[in-house]
Amino acid sequence: MNMELSRRAFLRTSGAGLAGSTLGAFGFGEAEAAVAAYVKPFHLANTVEARNTCTYCSVACGIIIFSKGDLRKGEKADIVHIEGDADHPTNRGTLCPKGAALKDIVKSETRLTQPMVRKPGSDKFEPIAWDAALDKIARAMKDDRDANFIAKNKDGVTVNRWLTTGFLAASATTNETAFATYKVVRSTGMLGFDNQARV
Amino acid sequence: MTNSWTDIRNTDLVIIMGGNAAEAHPCGFKWVTEAKANRGAKLIVVDPRFNRSASVADYYAPIRQGSDIAFLLGLINWCIQHDKVQWAYTKAFTNASFVVKEGFAYQDGLFTGYDEEKRDYNRDSWEYEIGPDGYAVVDETLQHPRCVWNLLKQHVAVYTPEMVERICGTPKEKFLHIAEMIGECSSPTKTMTSMYALGWTQHSKGSQNIRGMAMLQLILGNIGVRGGGMNALRGHSNIQGLTDIGLLSNMLPGYLNLPIEKEADFATYISTRGFKPLRPNQMSYWQNYKKFFVSFMKSMYGDAATAQNDWAYDYLPKLDVPNYDILRMFERMKKGEVNLYFCQGFNPLQAFPNRAKLAEGLSKLKMLVIMDPLQTETARFWENHGVFNNANTASIKTEVIQLPTTCFAEDEGSLVNSGRWLQWHWPGGSPPGEARTDAWIMAQIHLRLKEMYRKEGGAFPDPIVNLNWSYKNPEDPSPEELAKEMNGSALVDVFDPNDPTKKILEAGKQLSGFGLYRDDGTTAGGCWIYAGSWTEAGNMMARRDNSDPDDTGAYLKWSFAWPANRRIIYNRASADLDGKPWDPSRKLIEWDGTKWTGYDVPDIAPNAKPGDVGPFIMNPEGTGRLFVRKMMRDGPFPVHYEPFESPVANVIAPKVRGNPVARVFADDWKQFADIGDPNFPYAGTSYRLTEHFHYWTKNNHVNSVLQPQQFVEISEELAREKGIVKGGWVRVWSKRGEIFAIAVVTKRIKPLTVDGKTVHVVGVPIHWGFVGAARKGFPANVLTPFVGDANIETPEFKAFMVNIEPSTGPVA
Amino acid sequence: MFPPIPNPSVDPAAATPRFGEKDIMRRSASTVEPPAQRLTEVAKLIDVTKCIGCKACQAACLEWNQLTEEIGINHGVYDNPMDLTENTFTLMRFTEWENPETENLEWLIRKDGCMHCEDPGCLKACPSPGAIVQYSNGIVDFQHANCIGCGYCIKGCPFNIPRISKVDHTAYKCTLCSDRVAVGQGPACQKACPTQAIVFGTKEEMKGWADFRIKDLKSRGFENAGLYDPQGVGGTHVMYVLHHADKPSIYAGLPDNPRISPIVETWKGITKYMGMALMGVAAAAGVLHYLVAGPNKVTEEDEENAEKLTSGAAVPPPASPAGNEGRPT
Repeated sequence: MNMELSRRAFLRTSGAGLAGSTLGAFGFGEAEAAVAAYVKPFHLANTVEARNTCTYCSVACGIIIFSKGDLRKGEKADIVHIEGDADHPTNRGTLCPKGAALKDIVKSETRLTQPMVRKPGSDKFEPIAWDAALDKIARAMKDDRDANFIAKNKDGVTVNRWLTTGFLAASATTNETAFATYKVVRSTGMLGFDNQARV
Repeated sequence: MTNSWTDIRNTDLVIIMGGNAAEAHPCGFKWVTEAKANRGAKLIVVDPRFNRSASVADYYAPIRQGSDIAFLLGLINWCIQHDKVQWAYTKAFTNASFVVKEGFAYQDGLFTGYDEEKRDYNRDSWEYEIGPDGYAVVDETLQHPRCVWNLLKQHVAVYTPEMVERICGTPKEKFLHIAEMIGECSSPTKTMTSMYALGWTQHSKGSQNIRGMAMLQLILGNIGVRGGGMNALRGHSNIQGLTDIGLLSNMLPGYLNLPIEKEADFATYISTRGFKPLRPNQMSYWQNYKKFFVSFMKSMYGDAATAQNDWAYDYLPKLDVPNYDILRMFERMKKGEVNLYFCQGFNPLQAFPNRAKLAEGLSKLKMLVIMDPLQTETARFWENHGVFNNANTASIKTEVIQLPTTCFAEDEGSLVNSGRWLQWHWPGGSPPGEARTDAWIMAQIHLRLKEMYRKEGGAFPDPIVNLNWSYKNPEDPSPEELAKEMNGSALVDVFDPNDPTKKILEAGKQLSGFGLYRDDGTTAGGCWIYAGSWTEAGNMMARRDNSDPDDTGAYLKWSFAWPANRRIIYNRASADLDGKPWDPSRKLIEWDGTKWTGYDVPDIAPNAKPGDVGPFIMNPEGTGRLFVRKMMRDGPFPVHYEPFESPVANVIAPKVRGNPVARVFADDWKQFADIGDPNFPYAGTSYRLTEHFHYWTKNNHVNSVLQPQQFVEISEELAREKGIVKGGWVRVWSKRGEIFAIAVVTKRIKPLTVDGKTVHVVGVPIHWGFVGAARKGFPANVLTPFVGDANIETPEFKAFMVNIEPSTGPVA
Repeated sequence: MFPPIPNPSVDPAAATPRFGEKDIMRRSASTVEPPAQRLTEVAKLIDVTKCIGCKACQAACLEWNQLTEEIGINHGVYDNPMDLTENTFTLMRFTEWENPETENLEWLIRKDGCMHCEDPGCLKACPSPGAIVQYSNGIVDFQHANCIGCGYCIKGCPFNIPRISKVDHTAYKCTLCSDRVAVGQGPACQKACPTQAIVFGTKEEMKGWADFRIKDLKSRGFENAGLYDPQGVGGTHVMYVLHHADKPSIYAGLPDNPRISPIVETWKGITKYMGMALMGVAAAAGVLHYLVAGPNKVTEEDEENAEKLTSGAAVPPPASPAGNEGRPT
């Protein structure tokens, strides 16, 4: 990610209209020695930045995720703050009330953290291992497909469709996830396949 | 969007109608405030509520929900009557001069060919007259009585300012004020942009709402120009991408269609996709359909897709109905015809109409699989939450498997914004607990299915066992591999047929654009419109150079925009017939005598002479369409149809109920309130609030602070009439269900007078449910009717009828 | 567009604050040697006419300052919470106003919060040495270690801004994100604001930007558009652009002519005369309370407070907030 380039280019462009504004002109000289605990310390120092895109609407504002720990070094990364990316041409660092609180959805108390199953008639979710959950799903799909697959219609035309299983795809996943999903779902002959665009 | 968010800065006039950009897209709306501050642009807002967009508008007018077509055709009529037409543009760049076949007619709200029983048209007469030369007949003088222009003029004549007031409830003088503001944009040096969203799509005639504005924009000459366009403000961060990649029941990636069962073989399928030009010299770019299709099939099935087996045509399922859309699937669920259902990051129990019907459908499934980063109501539809979700838990036999997935902050890849920019992002945090990516989950499901079919055999295993899955780690395909696959690559060395020593493509290399796609199986590409996004030069979507020469707002070096990195589509139309910009101050591209050059990637062959080739290169006409031929189910022109639930009968066609070709399932008819039903006297509408995103942010503490509890909005007049107090509880009910909410009594909603009758509006924000940090509440879909748009089945969430009374609140 | 401030740096070297103790211009209940050279004055300009009431500022403030506000209820309006709190330093206030001249409805949305007065009433009223400081760039900041929670800052504030925490019983308000400004950033609310209804820079720049905005507003028929930089408090470091600058109070009770209560001005004289060291903090607080709230309440409450102070217990917030003239209750 070419951060340096974008920063430079942007300043060149945005500075064109107005005389150099902003904090350089505030009368702060060179950074001076730290002073006693008067001003609260800046809590982004020593964090790791990642460029990302807001997960909500399709304005697709540029965001910066600040974390403790560096994923690129194979470390665990704990997100401490998210704010707008001033280099981004569309949002110029701004965010709406949802975007400004993005950290809250990443760290929501209602995030799911392990596979769960709710058995027929039960009033609760119970943990299930990933393998067991996936085996169960694949088996259910195969059984249903084998039982209900329509190879030919009543006129004898090959139609190879499967109508008793459906799939709703996400609206905030990446293109790459979407394509993997497309391949897997379409290859089964499923037709009840849609996404949020239908709404 | 035809244009981009950053292009809105170039406009003179913004009309927000069918949306609420300030509320739903605040950071995109920034460019409206920029146009206002720097260009003196004006903002018009037309909406049933004086909303957050209206709070900074120059002019606001109220309108009754579901009457937009009357307003829009009223504007077209006014522009024609007052000669506010950009004539040179309209004559050359639209199909105004095309002559329509004899036999086409419109009367009493219906076009020729209507079959009441089937609720469908025979659309054969909705076509051009074809001349002996095989091309459509045109009359450039616009004198022919059956030329599109004269048919349009005739069609819109009924929508006078008085009629607009009668149907929409918009005071005539307000309508006229807006018409005058808009009329100014017929000048080649003034432009208007239309920003719309679900306020237009979520109607039984949503597609025609949008056509109404598109037609107006065409006759004003506002398509293809900087600061103009039809700008659909998409909802979710990658709803555009999911649409592009065709995750819809009837689509293939890149806006190709899944075959229908009448297209029994590939030859039949492709025969109707030749897209022969309807006028001489036109590009009719869909003539390349076969290249895109074959390359897609090579990407899906690799070596198993051959010329001999028609590129594995049989592997694709064939449709027997136009759509297995979500409404149809829930109808089938209710009838017990669906056994398994997957919800990947999707909460349909909240997101589709008539919640009671949805819950009934889900309870008839054998298995429901949820893949989501968050708890959802759908995953817990069987849980009893008293009045908020009165499920009979023990009787629900559906097994639910809930799989935890990563979210944006933990994954890598591209998302497509509303302006078609594909932007790459990088992860910044570790996933919580055992959460996994969706791509990993899909791979796991596929590999298990493939293994079972290999071992056990079963129903038609071929497309599953032959699915091209040649990823480095088949258990977990990487974003890079998938992105490259969608872009497309050469499968073998390809040589120039005229010069066999000249290698055009090298095996294994990424294609630089869709122009290199081939229909002979030598190229593969998953989504042709994304060609150019990951080339031999690298990941174009990750580009972050935000320079913008001459401040046009194009940002050509930032990310990648489909198609071909083009930022404003139809941009050839920004220049006149000689290739000179209509507005020199807003130059986009121009003809330099030998080629097209400028700030954007030209949307035309670089050497196509201005006089020869029309700007709308995807259309066989080469022009924009005021008359859309057979391509829409409900008519070649929009018509005002009332919502299925409405306070008044259709003034212009009293016998027509709703959209006459919208699909309605038998049981749902019974759940519609009759026209003017005194039990449901108030016009309900549903919408979003800026503090929340659908049903997600109620899981966030901060957003739940900003808007903690469900409310409905009504006028002071209605509150007085019903004895409702500000901040008090109300009960709101439709023929399908009831909700309890706090009353926001506001001056921002005023009663409307429609066809002589007072109509009160009840506004219902959508965001509440029984999961999350915010207070428990009722989603708006408890109230809304189960019917969709006639063309694409988007539900009619924006217009329905309700009743309201003061209440003491829900009893848990 | 006002040029965006470049993204923050994560480099620890860049995190050194560029102002601090040496730049303190005023200190509550203390005499300070004014800095030899004043920093350039900063200001936040809130252009009410560009504000869409999205509350991004509220969200950004809560996030940056790591504040946890309660999830409340809906009160029949869009405002939430209903008032500033110790966690809500900034709040959108919504007013539906029918313009009598045009008969148009106007939805006036004002971001409320600390105005960072040049002549800060809170600081002047504060009896606790060093609980409130004013830097020479104009930022008025609370120092919680020195706060005794007496609530006189609220009484002294012509805008009714500070609030006492129910947890640590000290006073809270907007800091103008002094931690961000100190490293060359703008406040969190300003960075988030989608429409640049909030901009931040030097006070001079902000006045110039306001002129540019006012010109545009006048061209759209808002003849009384103007800047709100009230001189009664010596001007402010948070200023508003208003479409109707002739009637500030229509914007959810923005004071038409704010000034520090004369009682507080008197109080300032008394502290000077008597000297804090001699008087004792609690006693001083009692005198001020007497001056502001009158004799009826003083004795009991102040005795109680004084007792608590001497025993080290926290002091509760004042019984009734003052300084809310012109504000609908």
